[in-house]
Amino acid sequence: MIRRASSFLLYLLLALLALAVLYPLIFTVFSSFMSEAEVSNFPPPLFPREPNFANYEKAIQTVPVLRFILNSFLVSTAIMLCQIVTSSMAAYAFSFLRFPGKHVLFFLFLSTMMIPWEVTIIPNYLSIKSWGWMDSYQGLIVPFMAGAFGVFLLRQFFLQLPHELFDAARIDGCGHLRNFVAIVLPLSRPALSTLGVYVFLNHWNSYLWPLLITNTPTMRTVQIGVGMLQFQEVNSWNMILAGITLVLLPSLFLLALGVKQLIRGITAGAVKG
Amino acid sequence: MAVTELSSLKRSKRKEIALAYFFLAPALAVFALFLFYPMLKSVYLSMTLTDPRGRVAEFVWFDNYKDLFLSEAFFHSLKITLYFVLLTVPTTILWSLLLAALTHNKLRGMKVFQFIFSLPIIISVGTGSIIWLLLFHPTAGMLNYFLSKIGVSAIPWLTDPSWALLSVSLMTVWMNMGFVYIVLLSGLQGIPDDIYESAKIDGAGPVRSFLQIVLPLLTPTLFFVLIVSIIGAFQAFGQINILTKGGPMNATNVVVFTIYQDAFINFRFGIGSAEALILFAIILALTVLQFAVLERKVHYQ
Repeated sequence: MIRRASSFLLYLLLALLALAVLYPLIFTVFSSFMSEAEVSNFPPPLFPREPNFANYEKAIQTVPVLRFILNSFLVSTAIMLCQIVTSSMAAYAFSFLRFPGKHVLFFLFLSTMMIPWEVTIIPNYLSIKSWGWMDSYQGLIVPFMAGAFGVFLLRQFFLQLPHELFDAARIDGCGHLRNFVAIVLPLSRPALSTLGVYVFLNHWNSYLWPLLITNTPTMRTVQIGVGMLQFQEVNSWNMILAGITLVLLPSLFLLALGVKQLIRGITAGAVKG
Repeated sequence: MAVTELSSLKRSKRKEIALAYFFLAPALAVFALFLFYPMLKSVYLSMTLTDPRGRVAEFVWFDNYKDLFLSEAFFHSLKITLYFVLLTVPTTILWSLLLAALTHNKLRGMKVFQFIFSLPIIISVGTGSIIWLLLFHPTAGMLNYFLSKIGVSAIPWLTDPSWALLSVSLMTVWMNMGFVYIVLLSGLQGIPDDIYESAKIDGAGPVRSFLQIVLPLLTPTLFFVLIVSIIGAFQAFGQINILTKGGPMNATNVVVFTIYQDAFINFRFGIGSAEALILFAIILALTVLQFAVLERKVHYQ
């Protein structure tokens, strides 16, 4: 009896806490389906009476939301693919190849994780500007084509792969290049997709860099774009929230796919110490 | 025979070395161009005065640093940053720990709650800030509406200097809790079940067994979350740029926002670089300190 009562209290408490955490998102999604008349009431109703997609149409027409989404998608995908290529190559060298200077170079890679963005952002901005790369895809993509984090994640994974496999392949006369492409990469699909999702989300959500180096509306990325909705139409909150809902969709999709496992995988190495 | 074998071995070794450098070259090129060179250039820039296009006008040695250490405004922004860290980091960790502890059990439907409490992870700083900008709205915002329902008068969330930092912190805690919650929950799930069982057999109540048995085992995870959260809080920018622009009356002017203003609005790249390097030194010192002081108390299995 006491047990029942206490688990009922736990459910009640959790429901209240869940409502508090969810409320900003409920507000966002529900308002995005409301008509202008409904939103301009104060207080606005909790549920949209006649859910409609008018706000989405308006958001797409008045500001180039689709263009922002396309830009972010292009930039994040390009960075993701480049990082998978550069990281897996470097990780292969560090795990399977013997060469002079390996330890020094490894330490050099390690040290890049200590350099924070606030220190590099001013010189990088000046470089991009002097190369005439403002408002360009290369300005958004090239500085992020490699990352030490990906190299370490993949190196740890490569080192866990069964070594007998490579020894057998080498005896068969399989060189490193083929070993890399035909054996290591296919076996590492879980780690590669973890890295891919992580990098994609990071750059989909990136704010400061695109804010600094893009000025024309057609080059803006989503995170800056939703901010522009706010300045264009002060009175139509539902349109802003429709834009935000659109921008949240990819991350929501990835959460449903299993961002949890992703974070667990990424933090596991860091926590075990 | 032996000679040719040796030379072919040498050749394959040389090939391996060439391949290694070829594999490292792309990543190294990006790091050199966008991390190592800028790092050094930042140090150089911090000792100069520049024109608005970033060209060095004068080399002034440590004058920028001297100016900053004598500047009340800079100390004010350091103080605000420290408040912001203290307001957001412990709150986010304690709040997420509470939720993780409450949802880590085998009752029915817990998966739903776990999903809900992870959900803020999808929020980026751009989208989260705008949602809260609308919620904080002084007259049409829902927060003040709910307060009026329970008889509390409207709060000037973002317009009053004494409230603004609290409001930005509230939004930040909400935005960051998804990540911290997921990490802490998976930390709890990593603790073997028999430890809970033996605590139960010893007759320890749920609160006591959590504090005395589970919490020490969770310290590696907590330590990781603490380090990452503190670094992140020192670097917060987006929510401040969107919600308050450092105001009202500089009440939310954290160091990164000061850097942004000096470098990218007033185009004083020299002083901006000096500020960035000071911030870097502070973060680095704090991280080293945490490793030196706290890591001894962390219980690695």
